[in-house]
Amino acid sequence: MGKITLRNVSKKFGEVAVIPSLNLDIEDGEFVVFVGPSGCGKSTLLRLIAGLEDTSGGVISIDGVDATATPPAKRGLAMVFQSYALYPHMSVRKNIAFPLKMAGMSPADIDRKVDGAARVLNLTSYLDRKPGQLSGGQRQRVAIGRAIVREPSAFLFDEPLSNLDAALRGNMRLEITELHQSLKTTMIYVTHDQVEAMTMADKIVVLQAGHIEQVGSPLDLYHHPANVFVAGFIGSPRMNLVEGADAAALGAKTIGVRPEHVEISMASGKWKGRVSVTERLGSDTFLHVAVDGLASMTVRAGGDVMANHGDTIYLTPMADKIHRFGADGVAL
Amino acid sequence: MARSVTPRRKLIYTVAAWSVALLIFFPVLWTILTSFKTEASAVASPPQLFTADWTLENYAEVWNRSDYQRFFWNSVVISVGSTALGLLIAIPAAWSMAFVPGNKTKDLLMWMLSTKMMPAAAVLIPMYLIFQRTGLFDTRVGLVLALMLMNLPVIVWMLYTYFKEIPGEILEAARMDGASLKNEILYILTPMAVPGIASTMLLNVILAWNESFWTITLTTVDAAPLSAFIASFSAPQGLFYAKLSAASTMAIAPILIMGWFSQKQLVRGLTFGAVK
Repeated sequence: MGKITLRNVSKKFGEVAVIPSLNLDIEDGEFVVFVGPSGCGKSTLLRLIAGLEDTSGGVISIDGVDATATPPAKRGLAMVFQSYALYPHMSVRKNIAFPLKMAGMSPADIDRKVDGAARVLNLTSYLDRKPGQLSGGQRQRVAIGRAIVREPSAFLFDEPLSNLDAALRGNMRLEITELHQSLKTTMIYVTHDQVEAMTMADKIVVLQAGHIEQVGSPLDLYHHPANVFVAGFIGSPRMNLVEGADAAALGAKTIGVRPEHVEISMASGKWKGRVSVTERLGSDTFLHVAVDGLASMTVRAGGDVMANHGDTIYLTPMADKIHRFGADGVAL
Repeated sequence: MARSVTPRRKLIYTVAAWSVALLIFFPVLWTILTSFKTEASAVASPPQLFTADWTLENYAEVWNRSDYQRFFWNSVVISVGSTALGLLIAIPAAWSMAFVPGNKTKDLLMWMLSTKMMPAAAVLIPMYLIFQRTGLFDTRVGLVLALMLMNLPVIVWMLYTYFKEIPGEILEAARMDGASLKNEILYILTPMAVPGIASTMLLNVILAWNESFWTITLTTVDAAPLSAFIASFSAPQGLFYAKLSAASTMAIAPILIMGWFSQKQLVRGLTFGAVK
């Protein structure tokens, strides 16, 4: 079981309220991603759930039991840290065995479990090495191994992939998703990378300044952002946001259109602009267009689109794909 | 980018480094050489670095005339005792300063260090009187206490710097892994801090061994360590340079040998945290 409930949870550091007051329900077996810009309180929220920080108010329940005052060791949660936080003086085997040793398990059971975890994570041939002799990806796997042997009620991941290079990050993303599918244990994952959030989550929690801006499935957030902040944060490249007469004509303060929902033409269209940068990815081309009277807009076009730096082109948003937001930033 | 050094420049640096090292070591070398000379050649004018009539006579006389073993044993008890007691107090202090700092922790650390800037002579009279009235004068316990207090700021600072280098996330990981405070200290912190504790210990044994102001002031006979042993050869019959040098060599030899064997550890401890 791994149902976690937060009710009116707040956290202050001195006079600064990092998390003013927040409610959240995480269901058993869910993969929940906390995403938001730096300093939005996502890591603090994870540390509150872990018990590494004390709450300033509110109640955290794990499987229906109030765990607000329970020390981290007794919450039945496992955590994977950004820096891996492996014990440098212990071998891989001892690192993975440590939580089991702390739980008072017999040496025979410990060996069996460590070997099992090492097999799952492809670490069998590294068991006698020290963390210093491993690559970044291997270290991260050891950290995950140390978490899974405990069979926790939920896993907490604090930006676990941010120290890895792009290729390895992609692999590890898949591995963690597969791990979730096989273990079916609740996972809470903190990241500032919205690609990780979109690809891994069952449910995304978008945070800004300690507030929850929106909770929903990745596609729900993508297609129906609740406000301007979520619209701008979810999606890569980010949504084009336009204010002024074009927005007012549609009865909104701000309108948003995603890069793939803009049609381009060399002859005519709603907005005239000049291509400033062309990013060719092969399958797609991102055109950054300086539109007359507006800010720069990004357009996703086909891989072979014939538009280059300095070309004049016309852009037209797809009418049924325009997002409208009121003066308070909330979707209309 | 690596800095390129021309062979000529390298030669200049090498010569300069050896010159400075020799300059620093010269008084010790002179003392050791003098200890093997006769009294006559020790005071020869102009002074001679080397002599034709080497002798071990000074050592024999120093050994026969005084109770070297007692002084030596006092030095061991005082330096090891004050270091052990200092570590016992400093480890928890440095621990809490590094991992659960308060608003005033930095001020407290600076204040502790500032006490080292005060000249020892400033507290000579109160210390002397306290030691006399409490019966600590000329006792090993008294000297252990005095030297421990003298070196405590250094020990706390060194350990604090060392503990600060241990990433907090590793301790948090241990907590998440179910380790109690006791197990966290036993299995994670102590093994990771052992090199730091060891180099702090070594340095403080050396500092305590070499201390002479308090050890000479606060002792007469019973608790007198090797610093007092050297001083006893400078009075009252006059100065006998060769014998005095032999006594000095006998006093510094143990710590010199220990320092030589532990220099790697010492340098590592002293420069720890300087480069990440």
